[in-house]
Amino acid sequence: MSNAPDSSSYYIPHDSPWPIRGSVALFCIMIGAVAYLNEWTGLWSFAPGAVLLAYLLFGWFSTVIGESQRGTFNNQVDHSFRMGMMWFIFSEVMFFAAFFGALFYARMLSVPWLGGQGVKVFTNFVLWPGFEALWPTNGPGHVGGRADSTFGIIPAIGIPALNTMILLTSGLTVTLAHHALRAGQRGKLTLFLGLTFLLGFTFVGFQAHEYGEAYRQLGLRLSTGIYGSTFFMLTGFHGLHVTIGAIMLLVIWLRVLRGHFTPEKHFAFEAVAWYWHFVDVVWLGLFIFVYWL
Amino acid sequence: MADELAHAAAHDDDHDHKPHGWRRWVYATNHKDIGTMYLIFACTMFFIGGGAAMLIRLELFQPGLQFFDPQFFNSLTTMHALIMIFGAIMPAWTGLANWMIPMQVGAPDMALPRLNNFSFWILPFAFTLLLSSFFVPGGAPAGGWTMYPPLVLQTGSSFPMLIFAVHLMGASSILGAINVVVTIMNMRAPGMTLLRMPMFVWTWLITAYLLIAVMPVLAGAVTMLLTDHFFGTTFFTAAGGGDPVMFQHIFWFFGHPEVYILILPAFGIVSEIIPTFSRKPLFGYEAMVYAVASIAFLSFIVWAHHMFTVGMPLAAQLFFMLSTMLIAVPTGVKVFNWTATMWKGSLSFEPPMLFALAFLFLFSIGGFSGLMLAMVPADYQYQDTYFVVAHFHYVLVPGSIFGIMAGVYYWLPKWTGNMYDLKLATWHFWLSAIFVNVLFFPQHFLGLAGMPRRIPDYAVQFTDWNMVSSIGGFAFGLSQLLFPYIIWKCARGGVRVGNKAWEGAHGLEWELPSPAPYHSWTTAPSDAVIARGAAH
Repeated sequence: MSNAPDSSSYYIPHDSPWPIRGSVALFCIMIGAVAYLNEWTGLWSFAPGAVLLAYLLFGWFSTVIGESQRGTFNNQVDHSFRMGMMWFIFSEVMFFAAFFGALFYARMLSVPWLGGQGVKVFTNFVLWPGFEALWPTNGPGHVGGRADSTFGIIPAIGIPALNTMILLTSGLTVTLAHHALRAGQRGKLTLFLGLTFLLGFTFVGFQAHEYGEAYRQLGLRLSTGIYGSTFFMLTGFHGLHVTIGAIMLLVIWLRVLRGHFTPEKHFAFEAVAWYWHFVDVVWLGLFIFVYWL
Repeated sequence: MADELAHAAAHDDDHDHKPHGWRRWVYATNHKDIGTMYLIFACTMFFIGGGAAMLIRLELFQPGLQFFDPQFFNSLTTMHALIMIFGAIMPAWTGLANWMIPMQVGAPDMALPRLNNFSFWILPFAFTLLLSSFFVPGGAPAGGWTMYPPLVLQTGSSFPMLIFAVHLMGASSILGAINVVVTIMNMRAPGMTLLRMPMFVWTWLITAYLLIAVMPVLAGAVTMLLTDHFFGTTFFTAAGGGDPVMFQHIFWFFGHPEVYILILPAFGIVSEIIPTFSRKPLFGYEAMVYAVASIAFLSFIVWAHHMFTVGMPLAAQLFFMLSTMLIAVPTGVKVFNWTATMWKGSLSFEPPMLFALAFLFLFSIGGFSGLMLAMVPADYQYQDTYFVVAHFHYVLVPGSIFGIMAGVYYWLPKWTGNMYDLKLATWHFWLSAIFVNVLFFPQHFLGLAGMPRRIPDYAVQFTDWNMVSSIGGFAFGLSQLLFPYIIWKCARGGVRVGNKAWEGAHGLEWELPSPAPYHSWTTAPSDAVIARGAAH
């Protein structure tokens, strides 16, 4: 038994009120959403859940950051956190895969079938005569769009290409920040990490501007047939993840200002950096398959 | 050794101040406490879902509409499925994982204890949301648990409740699965190599990977339903360029791995019980591991066999037929190895072994009817008949549920330190094993004769076998009341058992005292202890 690790190498947190509070917060959000969507209440029904969730995130993370600063977590716990974060990001990848799957299915199968491709010739002939399978489309029923059933799209060269540059640059700055952290250069770290979240929020700003244009001028909406559906679902969930990621970067930056993290131990920093690279990679998929091709 | 451990454990308990009162449960971070809550929750849902099943069999006892209007009947079938899959079987597996994985890999607890409690406590809220949908305008969801559009979009006020309940259940499963993966990959005692791990740990590891890969896809699918219903998207509407069949593809990309999520841990449990009561090591341990991994891989490329009749291209039908039939190969390896383990063994038939044997025979029946359903031309006949109902109940009830019961009867003495009432448990087994067949076997005949599923009324020629099936259902349902009674009685007292409740048992959990200490392995077990446990 002598070479086996002793009990002090394991860390088991004592009882914690945060999980149950988290469950209650999620429940309140869901109840609020149900009430709002069923038109039982107005938007205010989201308020209790939102407040509870904000309290929860603040409280739970404060507790864990406090523990981390006191040196509670040994290498094994650090390793558990890392693996947990990696598999969480993988689950997020699969979430986006569902929407990419919908995009590919619509472009490669359902729209061509509606246009009468292959054995589906009668689908077109009987049900949707005259419908030509083109992309982008708002479908044979011309769902949504402008009054004359047309709609415009956002060209890849323009804001989307600019946003691609912004996100790729932010991927670079977060890596530079990481190198600075490992080299103990706090000034450089603060600068590049600050740049990263600023680039992130800039991306979100451009995206919001683009959405406004799409809704007001192009007739491109969530309800503009399958193109609008896949476009806004994919870019919308991506934008949400960028927002969350940028907030996470901001929190890490504030922690850096307070002197947290050492060149050896900085799991939270790395977790957020991984997450940032994940939204970056998803964006590349979006830029190629949603905007460009 | 054992004394040393017992001493260490007792010391730890004193040192650790096991919390008392409601805080111990609500604020829990201990894997056994959380496991217990999962199991109690699963048992409660098993009886609620079972109650719905009893009502279904009551209505189907005779042709004509006796008790319920068709809408409510459809709510019953929908909710029965959702409750049993997401409320009973999946939480039961997570509960068993919580109890057993730390003990079996030589760890003090799960890797992420607070996350563990979070994933449990999401569930009661998710099911509060789902079950309360019975009381809103329009009633509970009635479009089937598969939630196919456009039918499901006609659900009343309960529609968003269904969607958000599924989101919550998915979140709970993903967090639970992440915890299992991290525990297995990072908390194993030094010397517990991957190919020394017990089969239950292996099967759960692979199950957890499946969960992390497919639960987010389900979340995406139901999110698209939500936006189609409320925000004007047209993912599943042809007029906008979408396709209702697309939902079925995305859903079954989740759904087929999901059915293996429901059964793989049962494979693991049976692979532990059969060697114990055959007093022989498991035949072909490594082949078993690779077989489970192959089944998991194949589960991702067979999904469209659930939808052969929707009008897919011929090439797709051929591909999905052949890939589905391929699953019979690793499954055959498993059944062969379980049988070969018993060959020339010195068998005894305690309740866990009885349930494991019933699993072996009856799950194989479900597997064979699955093979029949895999054939496209035959499936054109069987689609949406009671034959399908018979098939998946054979793999889920004497498959997953018997697997859970076998596991509980196998490890209950370890949990409580007491042997349970073996005679009563044997009664529970025989009543279950007999009546599960009375309940589900006639449904094969009904399906082949053409009785459609999810219909509250039927043609008179189906009456006889429906009556037999209903009688089997009521008897099976009543027999299950023995299960919580036996557990309750065992928890209160009984003949004390030693470390090894079963003389033929191997594995680290049997090296710990019974009941196991609050924090399982506060000191990692030595290599010799691990080697003794890993005698496969």
